Amino acid sequence: MKPSAFEYLAPETCEEALGALAEHGDDAAVLAGGQSLIPMMNLRIAAPRVLIDVMRAPELRGIGNAGGRIEIGAGVRMAQAERESGVALMTAALRHVGHPAIRNCGTVCGSVAHADPAGEVPAVLLALDGEVVLRSLRGERSVAADDFFLSYYSTAREPDELVVAVRIPSASPPRVAFREVTPRLGGSTGEFATAGVAATAEPDDLGRWRRVRIALLGVADRPVRAREAEALLTGVEPTNDAIAAAAESAATTVDPPSDVHAGPDYRRRAVRVLTTRALAEIAS
Amino acid sequence: MTRVSIEVNGTVEELDVPPRLLLADLLRDRLGLTGTKIGCAMGACGACTVLLDGAPVRACLMFSVQANGRSVRTIENLANEAGELHPLQRALREHHGLQCGYCTPGILMAIAPLLESGQPLEPDAVREAIAGNLCRCTGYDTIVDAVVEASRP
Repeated sequence: MKPSAFEYLAPETCEEALGALAEHGDDAAVLAGGQSLIPMMNLRIAAPRVLIDVMRAPELRGIGNAGGRIEIGAGVRMAQAERESGVALMTAALRHVGHPAIRNCGTVCGSVAHADPAGEVPAVLLALDGEVVLRSLRGERSVAADDFFLSYYSTAREPDELVVAVRIPSASPPRVAFREVTPRLGGSTGEFATAGVAATAEPDDLGRWRRVRIALLGVADRPVRAREAEALLTGVEPTNDAIAAAAESAATTVDPPSDVHAGPDYRRRAVRVLTTRALAEIAS
Repeated sequence: MTRVSIEVNGTVEELDVPPRLLLADLLRDRLGLTGTKIGCAMGACGACTVLLDGAPVRACLMFSVQANGRSVRTIENLANEAGELHPLQRALREHHGLQCGYCTPGILMAIAPLLESGQPLEPDAVREAIAGNLCRCTGYDTIVDAVVEASRP
């Protein structure tokens, strides 16, 4: 038995969970699917005194569509979102998260709250102008993905707040592509991405692109938009030259970190290649 | 201690467990079901894969208390009561799909739901299903061959 001992709370409602968070705050960790938290606890990188299991609250389990937004609740596992969310970019990205057994447990909101800079789901949320719904006993607020991810594993969530859902505009651009490179080749390798890109765009009647979104993962302390690259492709036809220029811009505007898998140069090159391929896929 | 009620291989088990007891440890140490192996205890190797409500999960990445009220199926439940091997187990034996055998229970549980869906499986689907299971002996090809054949009528 490896993890440190903890008190386990399994609230039956969201309200109860918020009460527990208000009481235990910084000493507590929220347990959803546990696929990031439990490895950290097994390795004793994390040793929360209290675990608040939010998977027993029925009101957090749904995927809804209201007010032009698709809402994915805190209790929705990745496998369910892969099948049911109807968000094409989310589905494309989730195939790269861990492997099937991880996605059968892990949740979409858990990945957002964990805020791994190489995480697929945070980049998707950023690309789709998503927002994070935070609730506490003090009330509810919604934070744009742009403002939610602050740095490595660090977000705008306060200790007494629960990520109750993420919301994604249901009228997201129809053309999507997700690409990443990992130390092992293949789809569900279970590896963290060395670099990746989530992209969307919408062609107008003349074939010119609008609503271009390019979000990068694994190349900064958080997921980042390649805004200059987006601007280069907005209002123009996605020719090979235009795509190459955008990919070049995406690669040169990032300042990637170095780790055991790759240095900054490799990651910049990966961004250029992956962005080219993703945009070409959208254009085809 | 927390009281949990978990259906394991068709039998409801009522147990008092410390919250930090991992499902893999409950199966092995409390219930004696040592077919489920623990390799890395951080979700990377897949040796501890069991079915939770019919879907493959990592038993090392789940506390027993999270399985309260749910149903777990382990490798011990794959052969039938008469001890006849599951078609998947027979196929692996015939194709030399295991050597040391440490990863085998996890691989079988990762694949069982796919095979039991009754569809003929393509090699790529099998590779995807066991992408999270490490095997250092076979090189995987014999496992994939075995599963593909077992899935064909």
